[in-house]
Amino acid sequence: MKTVDLVIIGGGSAGMAAALQAKKEGISDILILEKDECLGGILNQCIHNGFGLTEFKEELTGPEYLWRFVDQIHEEKIPYICNAQVIDLSKDKIIKYSKYGLVETIKAKAIVMATGCYERSAGAIQLPGDRCTGVITAGLAQKYLNIKGYMVGKRVVILGSGDIGLIMARRLTLEGAKVICVSEIMPYSAGLNRNIQQCLKDYDIPLYLSRTVSKVVGKNRLEKVTLSSVDENMNFIPGTEMEIECDTLVLSVGLVPYISLLNYIGCPIGPTKGAIVNNYMETKIDGVFACGNCLHVHDVVDFVTEEGRNAGHGAALYIKNLIKNDGEISVIPGREISYVVPQFIDKKTNENVTLKLRVRKPLKDQFVVVKSGDRIISKTYKLGVVPSEMILLNLSIDKINEINEELTVELEGK
Amino acid sequence: MENLKNLHDVLIIGGGIIGTFVARELSKYDLEVGLIEAKNDVGDGCSGANSAIIHSGYDPLPGTLKAKFNVLGNLMWDEIAEELDVHFYRIGSLTIALEDNQLEVLNSLAHRAKENGVEVKLLNAKEVKELEPNINPNVKGALLAPTAGIVDPFLAVVKAMENAMDNGVKLYLNNRVEKITKEENIYIVKTNKGEYKSRVVINAAGVHSGEIANMIEPIDWKVIPRKGEYFLLDHFMYGFVNHTIFPLPSEKGKGVLFTLTTSGNLMFGPSSEEIEDLDDVSTDKLTLDSVKSQALNLIPNIPMHKVIRVFSGNRPTTTRHDFIIEPAKSDKNFINVAGIESPGFASAPAIAKYVVDELVNDVISLKEKNNYISHVRKHPNLYDMGLENRAKFVENNPEFGEVICNCEKISLGEIKDTLNRNCAPTSIKGIKKRCRAGFGSCQGGFCQSRIIEILAEHYNLSPLDVLYDKEGSNILIDTIKEGK
Repeated sequence: MKTVDLVIIGGGSAGMAAALQAKKEGISDILILEKDECLGGILNQCIHNGFGLTEFKEELTGPEYLWRFVDQIHEEKIPYICNAQVIDLSKDKIIKYSKYGLVETIKAKAIVMATGCYERSAGAIQLPGDRCTGVITAGLAQKYLNIKGYMVGKRVVILGSGDIGLIMARRLTLEGAKVICVSEIMPYSAGLNRNIQQCLKDYDIPLYLSRTVSKVVGKNRLEKVTLSSVDENMNFIPGTEMEIECDTLVLSVGLVPYISLLNYIGCPIGPTKGAIVNNYMETKIDGVFACGNCLHVHDVVDFVTEEGRNAGHGAALYIKNLIKNDGEISVIPGREISYVVPQFIDKKTNENVTLKLRVRKPLKDQFVVVKSGDRIISKTYKLGVVPSEMILLNLSIDKINEINEELTVELEGK
Repeated sequence: MENLKNLHDVLIIGGGIIGTFVARELSKYDLEVGLIEAKNDVGDGCSGANSAIIHSGYDPLPGTLKAKFNVLGNLMWDEIAEELDVHFYRIGSLTIALEDNQLEVLNSLAHRAKENGVEVKLLNAKEVKELEPNINPNVKGALLAPTAGIVDPFLAVVKAMENAMDNGVKLYLNNRVEKITKEENIYIVKTNKGEYKSRVVINAAGVHSGEIANMIEPIDWKVIPRKGEYFLLDHFMYGFVNHTIFPLPSEKGKGVLFTLTTSGNLMFGPSSEEIEDLDDVSTDKLTLDSVKSQALNLIPNIPMHKVIRVFSGNRPTTTRHDFIIEPAKSDKNFINVAGIESPGFASAPAIAKYVVDELVNDVISLKEKNNYISHVRKHPNLYDMGLENRAKFVENNPEFGEVICNCEKISLGEIKDTLNRNCAPTSIKGIKKRCRAGFGSCQGGFCQSRIIEILAEHYNLSPLDVLYDKEGSNILIDTIKEGK
């Protein structure tokens, strides 16, 4: 059986960053397995700009951003195999992948999972009404337009105000479609503010909040949708129905970490629907690391890259046998916090740790408080917090070394 | 009017489980057989949207056709599934009592099972919990029917048709029957596409069987379709549910049940709503909410975030509330096989055999073919062959290494295999039904664009002309500006 020190599953932003970091730290026996025909993952179809503001201090398109990393992968001569789908994974890190004409088995010392996420489908949100075509997820619509060169509709309603939905509102408009509105079930948008401005307001596309599709109608192709307002329990409010004739409903209703391989090995999953990890991005399965959107869905690719580096660093430490695992501190999401990554911190770590977290709902004038028991470890003021924007909190080694009990992260009004 | 030249011995109207099973049964004999289907694939009506349970047969009232054919049909499934290369597992069913006073009902069901000749066993609460750890903890007891099974409903229909076609049966898709007349003892079935002649006509048109039967003579029964809405979950763990689980049956049917699909997905439903539009397969929130709350009563911890699809199907319930398997009153050459609701899948093999051996045999002489092919060409199922054999197989068949559907891990080779057979798919849904590509967590989000390309290449079409499902269900409507 072929052996490789570090196998990275997924050659998108997270996987490439992990590979480059591990290489930098002296791991030379690396293999990236990518299911698509080229490296880069979903960024290949993100031809809009806005990428790289943190990483490169400039605004790049998705392909420009990813090519900077692909170039480095080539410079560093890191091996990768495209069109390679992992079909089996075991706890002792034996990987089977399949490609045209070949099924190969590899034994890895460490694995970084960087498999990205998938879109929630019409079925997943139990979209009510007829089963007609013309209902399509935003990412798939984006792929048809930007990669394959096809239009998916002419009169479009977009359900969900996640970033891809907003981006597709603009993209479809530029391509000649009439985007009638964007409808969001929550009382606030799930997308970044800059996208609401640049993709909706600049094109006079209305955004309806607390409103969702209560019915889709169409014999073969979509003919119309009914939008209804919802109450706080997400039930339709009778009398608020609004019928809109359209041939396409684009769904931007959430992304879910793609973790089917982690399920094969019984990896514990947390509130992000991705694995639970420690500060080295190591899952509860020894030597298996996770990063990027398969761990938790990010809003900005620059943070995915950074997290990929963390995982690459963790895997390098693991391969060099430098992780001690002498006990860990739990990190618990407290009041108004939906999740915190990582969920554990190695007690003996000699590195600063960045906590990544999201709030449950938009709030103004808040302190983000990190506590250990009654002791306040850090307290950071935020003018406003929204679920769509991930909050980063740095914990220094000195502070971590002071901690004995579990950590809680919570919001506190001013 | 090309078809007018072709005189059939038997023409079947409707390509559901009944039509295709009857077609396959007839293909054993020296006969010209044709099957007319209104849609662009077989199995797209009720047969493609039901619980896919091979019921044990304890439930139907003794003496009914349902009881007779269910019990007989259940016994035939092992052999048929093997011949058709279709997944079929006898996982057993549990009918659950949640109140003490329901235990008596279980007793009477056990008695009914005995009358129907079906093996069952009464279990106490502890035994039920051992078999089903996630069952409502208030469970009081259950009736176990070990012979109940599950089958792949899509493949059962498709493979029966494929096998029938391997044996010479002709399939006429996209033909909606408009009128049936009889001239000189020959039926002329007029569709939107042409005319088909036949000595014998079998009406297996599901929810439309009433309309078809009425084209011959006034009938004393009526189809009152009942819609059933379901939830389908991704396969997420083994052992969450191990059997088909029924609540106690009621007047309206078997109630909201839990079952597994042959690929390990959990499914629950159906609702039961009388509807007017025979082809209405929409879902609505109120009904789904009600199905969900009934389901939670059986299994309180359903992982709802694993739902990947909701769907509905229409049972062809008739005013007789039993199967109708009989010739028209005015003509023995016109055979109605109607009202085949639950337990239709279980009964189908026995119904097909009865229709051919008794009703068709009564009007035409049947001579067995000496070159009948009983088995379909085995599908190269990578999952079933195990990982060791898979490597060798892929070496020799490279396209089976190229994985197209990431979620279900379906290869290009498996997809192309469905295209190079009789009863091949012509749509994205057709491929999904035959090899599960697009059936997983992402519901085709990742692989649909590739499937479109594969279909376009195979049929030499523009991707713009590839259909998702029915006529008019194209996914792509135009090229982008730059493409012009």
